[in-house]
Amino acid sequence: MFDNLSGRLSDAARQLTGKGRLTESNIKDTLRQVRLALLEADVALPVVKTFIERIRVRALGEEVGKSLTPGQALVRIIHDELVQILGSESAPLDLRAQPPVVILLAGLQGAGKTTTAAKLAKRLIDREKKKVMLVSVDVHRPAAILQLQTLAGEVGALHCASDAGEKPTRIVDRALDEARRSHADVLIVDTAGRLHIDSGMMQEVVEVHEAAQPLETLFVVDSMAGQDAVNAATAFNESLSLTGTVLTKADGDAKGGVALSVVEVTGKPIRFMGIGEKIDALEAFHPDRMASRILGMGDVLSLVEEIEHTVSKEKTEKLAKKLKKGRGFDLSDLRDQLEQMMNMGGLATMLDKLPMPGNVNPAALADSANEQKIRRQIAIINSMTPSERRFPKTINGSRKKRIANGSGQQIQDVNRLLKQHLQMERMMKKVSRGGMKKFMRGMPGGGMPPGFR
Amino acid sequence: MFGKKEKPEKRDGFIKRLRARINRGDSWLTYDLANLAPGGTIDEDVLDELEALLVMADVGVETTERIISDLQKSLARKELKDVAALRNGLRASLCGILAPVEKPLSIEKPGGPFVILMVGVNGAGKTTTIGKLARHLKDDGYSVMLAAGDTFRAAAVEQLQAWGERNDVAVIAQQAGADPAAVIFDAWEAARARNIDVLLADTAGRLQSQTGLMDELAKVKRVVARRDESAPHEIMLVLDASQGQNALVQAEKFHEALGLTGITVTKLDGSAKGGILLAIANRLNVPVRFIGIGEAAEDMQPFAADDFVDALLTSGGQGK
Ligand SMILES: Nc1nc2c(ncn2[C@@H]2O[C@H](COP(=O)(O)OP(=O)(O)OP(=O)(O)O)[C@@H](O)[C@H]2O)c(=O)[nH]1
Ligand SMILES: Nc1nc2c(ncn2[C@@H]2O[C@H](COP(=O)(O)OP(=O)(O)OP(=O)(O)O)[C@@H](O)[C@H]2O)c(=O)[nH]1
Ligand SMILES: [Mg+2]
Ligand SMILES: [Mg+2]
Repeated sequence: MFDNLSGRLSDAARQLTGKGRLTESNIKDTLRQVRLALLEADVALPVVKTFIERIRVRALGEEVGKSLTPGQALVRIIHDELVQILGSESAPLDLRAQPPVVILLAGLQGAGKTTTAAKLAKRLIDREKKKVMLVSVDVHRPAAILQLQTLAGEVGALHCASDAGEKPTRIVDRALDEARRSHADVLIVDTAGRLHIDSGMMQEVVEVHEAAQPLETLFVVDSMAGQDAVNAATAFNESLSLTGTVLTKADGDAKGGVALSVVEVTGKPIRFMGIGEKIDALEAFHPDRMASRILGMGDVLSLVEEIEHTVSKEKTEKLAKKLKKGRGFDLSDLRDQLEQMMNMGGLATMLDKLPMPGNVNPAALADSANEQKIRRQIAIINSMTPSERRFPKTINGSRKKRIANGSGQQIQDVNRLLKQHLQMERMMKKVSRGGMKKFMRGMPGGGMPPGFR
Repeated sequence: MFGKKEKPEKRDGFIKRLRARINRGDSWLTYDLANLAPGGTIDEDVLDELEALLVMADVGVETTERIISDLQKSLARKELKDVAALRNGLRASLCGILAPVEKPLSIEKPGGPFVILMVGVNGAGKTTTIGKLARHLKDDGYSVMLAAGDTFRAAAVEQLQAWGERNDVAVIAQQAGADPAAVIFDAWEAARARNIDVLLADTAGRLQSQTGLMDELAKVKRVVARRDESAPHEIMLVLDASQGQNALVQAEKFHEALGLTGITVTKLDGSAKGGILLAIANRLNVPVRFIGIGEAAEDMQPFAADDFVDALLTSGGQGK
């Protein structure tokens, strides 16, 4: 709290003078650890190499946040980079086209294509009220067609019967006809498992792809897959121009590094994650969770988060108590907020987390989102007397002049700060009833302080 | 290219291909390494290159580091003066790990049927391996019966029945959702009544982290032992060669839960190397019985450490 303040400020100063930055020597060990962690998680070696190099370049010269060791700061950067590569939370299927829209599933043997076909059908039927037809062109594996037919029955999808003696492209043509005739919105084509180095079988699936003209071609891959998956993904992507990936069997204890490999080489998002054998065990893909899992450094990460958030959490709790007691949001509270923002890498990130009431203009607030400005604002508040901070309305013209002089700023700057405070105070009042819970959850430091649950 | 339908010429194809692969292996070691070491001298760079190769074969960091550090010691002792010496050193190291687990399955004739319980994670190749094994055993003159112990997955029973028809062996099955232990127990009774030599019991795929399902397997094992306490005579883990480091966890957890007596590695016809087998062999010492090299009945071979090591060291699929 306040006794810490000076310490924290000098810390901040040190950051700005260029010490406490990541250097070649202070990231070496951590990079090595991360390299091993990625390999142990089955990320393909070439992918690991490029990833580590990218991190090294990105991290060098980066500031080390408060109270963190360089290693910890680096893990944070790596985690963020992983999340970014793994993609956005929502990469929904693109189904806007003339029905029947075709989805084709392909991949290695036993990856989970047939099961995923049924899960997808169920999801589209239940959530998007689509009429879905399933068809299997697996004329190779015993009982593959029956497997899909059985599952179609379970999920309430139409099934286009096929025969193991039929040519796969013939089956596709027939299924398209049948889908049109029965006014199906979506036709999901399940293909036989195949090795990417089996040119005959790859040719077959290319022909199926041509006949089916799918809008979505999904690569189905087992989360337990090893180093070679990167070759399989490359080959399937080259032959079929994939549009995405489904990661299956993620309910197990595999680290699932294959997710990173596949995204790197295909450049296509992971759409879904299979999390069980049951037909409803399909989830949207969560890059954040996957990144922690692949990195296997959950401990370090949560430690980093804890350190980053303790300070702000204490302040947040204090503020919450105060607001609860009916005392308003004064200028020392604003100072606390500003200080936290400095430690958080800017106001912009925080604005994302705040539920903004209508009368606050986020753009105007975001305008002050650079450290220089924030530091000046803090200086202005520091030049006030405690009583002025507590009762901003008492700050008249002569007081403003004194404060501006004391902080080396213009009177307009003081005015702007007071106006900003007023806006925030109004916002606080709004959210202090009902919206408070949500607001506090969005604050750095996360959870609700005691008494607000 | 081969492996889908069971035609005789495919078999030739496979042997040719395996031979080609092994030859490629030699050429990789001689040609690529010779290229890497133009003067014929072996140095740290060459070892780094080898290290990458092992990691890309899924050998895993720990086992790879151990193998490489042995070679580094040899290098320091000036024992690796040329490519041939390096090749011998590396092969010796890998074979040293794998040779002890090269123990073929031998079918004894106990009082009742010799029971083989097939276990493994989802989609590893259990059912297909049973189909291949049925063919293999029939060719060797044994009478065989199959038990449809996967009562969970859609059409799992029919898949096994198809393999039964192909090989002309009886399949004992019950309705979907039946207790797998009861199905396998019934099959054992039937096999004994018909004086069958080998009973191959399929089970549903399960992830080793699913404790409830692992307990279910332990129960199958107990129930089978009720009438013949020496049964099941073989508890075989089916491992997919394309899997990475999790395969070691699979082997450990299945071994812990059931006491594995054998391992079969499938899908070695792909470009994945199954290098994790080195880590498993090192840690568990469970015999490796067969390798699967395709989807057809004849695409199975007894495990041979030498051949496996050769295939492991080819750079096929990754470039050359
Ligand atoms: N635990 C778990 N099992 C899954 C998941 N998805 C599929 N499976 C299981 O994995 C196994 C293989 O699934 P299939 O859908 O038959 O795989 P496939 O890719 O169609 O296989 P082939 O057609 O033989 O190449 C089955 O036992 C499925 O129940 C998943 O997300 N979690
Ligand atoms: N290329 C290749 N494919 C194989 C091999 N063994 C099995 N497969 C294929 O792998 C897929 C899964 O094989 P299954 O025998 O159904 O696997 P499983 O372990 O019984 O699967 P679940 O019962 O669903 O857990 C099928 O498409 C098989 O044809 C092999 O050695 N090589
Ligand atoms: Mg299938
Ligand atoms: Mg099976």
